[in-house]
Amino acid sequence: MMESSKGFSSPRSTAFPAGLRVLVVDDDPTWLKILEKMLKKCSYEVTTCGLARDALKLLRERKGGYDIVISDVNMPDMDGFKLLELVGLEMDLPVIMMSVDGETSRVKKGVQHGACDYLLKPIRMKELRNIWQHVFRKRIHEVRDIESHEGLEGLQVTQSGFDQFDDGHFFSGEDMLTPAKKRKDLENKHDEKDFTDSSSSTKKARVVWSVDLHQKFVKAVNLIGYDSQIFYSGKDVTCLVCSAEVGPKKILDLMNIPWLTRENVASHLQKYRLYLSRLQKENDLKISYGGMKHSDLNPQDAARALSRQNSINFEQNDATNCNSRISGNNLLIQNLNSKSNEINPRGTTITEKSSPGISHSLSPLEQEMKFPAIDGITPGSYSWREVPEIQFHQENAGNQPEDCFRRVAVPMGGLQNHVQIDQLLPVTSISSKAQLPNLIETKPLNVDYAISSFTQASPVKTRIDSFPVPTKIHTGNQQAIQPPSTNKPSMESQAFNPSCVTNLESSQRNFSSTTPESAFTSPDEVLQVGWLQDYSTCLGLQNIEFPDFGDPSMVAEVPMHLYTALKFDFEQLSDQSELPVINQGLFIA
Amino acid sequence: MPRFHGQSNHTPMDVVNQLRKQYADYLASLFHEGVLDDQFTQLQKLQDESNPDFTVEVASLFFVDSDKLIDNMAAALERSPVDFKQVDADVHQLKGSSSSIGATRVKNLCITFRSFCEAQSYEGCLICLQQVKNECALLKDKLQNLFSMEQQIVGAGGSVPLMD
Repeated sequence: MMESSKGFSSPRSTAFPAGLRVLVVDDDPTWLKILEKMLKKCSYEVTTCGLARDALKLLRERKGGYDIVISDVNMPDMDGFKLLELVGLEMDLPVIMMSVDGETSRVKKGVQHGACDYLLKPIRMKELRNIWQHVFRKRIHEVRDIESHEGLEGLQVTQSGFDQFDDGHFFSGEDMLTPAKKRKDLENKHDEKDFTDSSSSTKKARVVWSVDLHQKFVKAVNLIGYDSQIFYSGKDVTCLVCSAEVGPKKILDLMNIPWLTRENVASHLQKYRLYLSRLQKENDLKISYGGMKHSDLNPQDAARALSRQNSINFEQNDATNCNSRISGNNLLIQNLNSKSNEINPRGTTITEKSSPGISHSLSPLEQEMKFPAIDGITPGSYSWREVPEIQFHQENAGNQPEDCFRRVAVPMGGLQNHVQIDQLLPVTSISSKAQLPNLIETKPLNVDYAISSFTQASPVKTRIDSFPVPTKIHTGNQQAIQPPSTNKPSMESQAFNPSCVTNLESSQRNFSSTTPESAFTSPDEVLQVGWLQDYSTCLGLQNIEFPDFGDPSMVAEVPMHLYTALKFDFEQLSDQSELPVINQGLFIA
Repeated sequence: MPRFHGQSNHTPMDVVNQLRKQYADYLASLFHEGVLDDQFTQLQKLQDESNPDFTVEVASLFFVDSDKLIDNMAAALERSPVDFKQVDADVHQLKGSSSSIGATRVKNLCITFRSFCEAQSYEGCLICLQQVKNECALLKDKLQNLFSMEQQIVGAGGSVPLMD
C-alpha cells in the first residue's frame, strides 16, 4: 500500500488516527503479514518492508510520506538499532522497535537509540492501536517549538539582527518561561490543526538545528566540560556529554539563544549523545576489526578498546568514567578561547565573513539541520574568530524540495548568506558538488550511512562523505579537499571510494602532523580546531561502550576502507593533537 | 457471530454442530498440550472477509520459513568449525516467527537451543535441532488437521469456533 507522498489524504484529517501511515520493517515474513493485517484493522495505512535498506530507501524517497516506523530489532542487512537511529536522525520520525527478545538491556538500548517504544513479540492489536500517540506527541512538540521561535524569525535572518538580538537579550530562566507559556497556549490551540497539517514533511516543524546552532551547542558543551574541569580527550567527549555536568539548562544558558528552549536543547543533547555513542561504537568496531589488520590490534588500540569497554555506557547521568585526561581537545578549547573572540555560542562567530565560498548544504532532514556542515569548509578560509567555520556548499543541486529548507533558513541567518536556503541540499555532505545530489541521505554521522550506502551501491554512497569531511575541513592548512567538486568526484558515484578515504587519511595525516601548538598558530587552524574538537566529540566516543554492537554482522557491514578511515581518525584523536574536524554537522538534532 | 450461513441445506445443523464441537475440542487439546497458545487465536480473529484464509496463509508462511531456518541450522552445525553465532541467529529468528503463530513449544525449544549455542555445545545443539524439527513437524500435522476440519465446518455452512 502506498502512501501519499506529500499531500495529506483526507481520512486522516477527519479521523485521526485513522489513516496513520505506518512503515513496518521486519525480515520475518510471517510477522510482516500479521502486522500488516493488524495495522490495517486499526485503519492505518500500511507499507511493509522485509529489509532495512528497503525501508530506508522508501523513507528517503518519500519524505513526509510516513508518520511512524515500526521495526524489528534483528534484521539481516542492518541492525535494527542502527535503522532506528538513522530514521530518527534523517527523518525524525517516531520509531517503535519490536523483538521477541525482551531482555532489559535490549529494551534499554532501544530507548537509548531513540525508540519511542519497544514492543515484545507476540504483539497484540491493542498495542498497535495505540501507536498513534507517538506521532501525536511528536507533533505537539514540534508545534511548540516552531511557535516559539516563529516570531523571532525576522531577527535572526540577518547577521546583525542576530547580533542585536543576542546582545539585547538577557537570557535567564525566567525569560524563557514566558515564551514557554505562550507556546503552551499555542500548542493547545494548534493540536487539531497540527494533525491536519502534519502529513507532509514540509509542514513538520521543529527547531531547526542549523550548523550554526549546533556549533553553539557543541561549544557550550565543551565549555561546560572545560569549566567543570572535566578534561576530555576526543575519546572521552562522549563521557563529558554523558556526564551529569552537562545538562540542558547549562548548555542553554551558554548558548544564549533567546528563542531556544531548554527542551529543545535537551532533545538535541540526547540525540547528540546517541550520535556520539554510535560513532564510538563504530570506532570500537573499527578498532577491534582492526582496520587493515584485524587480528592485530596493537597494544594501544587494544588498551583503548578495553578502556572503552569499561567506560560508561552512554547513560545520561552516568558520569563515573569521565575523568579523562586532558587531551588535545582541551588544548583546543584553550586556544580557541584565547584566540577567538568568542567561543561562545554566539551566532556572530559563525557568521564572520571570512570564508569565501562557503555554502551550506543542509540536510533536508526535516528542516532540521543536521549538521552537514563539514561540507563546506574551505581550507584556508577560516577566520580565527570563528569557531567552526562551516563552509556550506551551495551546491545543493536542489534535489530536495525547497520547502524543506525554508525552515532551515531561519537559524542559519547568521551564516553568511551563502546559504541559500532554497538551494540547500540535503545532507551534509561534503563538499563536492558532485556529491551533493545524494547527500540528502548522508548524515554525517554515519558510518551507518556509509555502510548502508555501501551495501547498496547506490549513489547514496556519498554518505561516506562523513569521512572525507573532516579531511577537508582541517585541511585548512593542508591542501586536502577543496570543497567544490574537485576532490571527490568519486563521491558522487556510487561506490565508496577508496580514494576518498585516502584523501581523508592523507589530509588527516597532514593535519595531524602539525603539533597542537602549531595548530593554533594560524587562523585557519584555529577554526579547524574548533571543528576538530567537535569532530572529536563526534568521533571520539571511544568511551562509549556498546557491547551489543560487537556483532560480527555489524562489523561485516563496514567496508574495509571505512575502517581504515575511521581507524585513522581514531588514531588522530587519540593523539589528541589534531582532531579532524569533521562535521560539526555530525550531530543532528 | 452467526452460527449458520443458512445456505447449505444438505447438511443438518446437528452435523455442523458436531463438527464444530470436534473442532473446538481438538483446538482445546492443542492449547492444553502447549502446542498452540493465544497468539493463534489472535490470528484467527484477524481473519475476515477481506482475508478469508488468513490463518492458513500465515501458517504456510511460517512453515516455509521454519523449514528454511532448520535447514540452515543443520548446515551450520555440519560445518567445521561450527559457526555457533550463525546458528544462534537462526534460532533467534525461528523463535520470533514461532511466536507469530503461537507455536509455544517450538518457541520454548528455541530458548533452550539458544543457550546451547551460547555455550557452544555441539551435542546440545544437535539435540535441540532434532527436537525443533520434530516439534515443527508435529505442529504442521496438527494444523493441517485443524484446517481441514475448519474447511468442513465452513463448507457445511457453519462458523469456526474460537478459543476463549
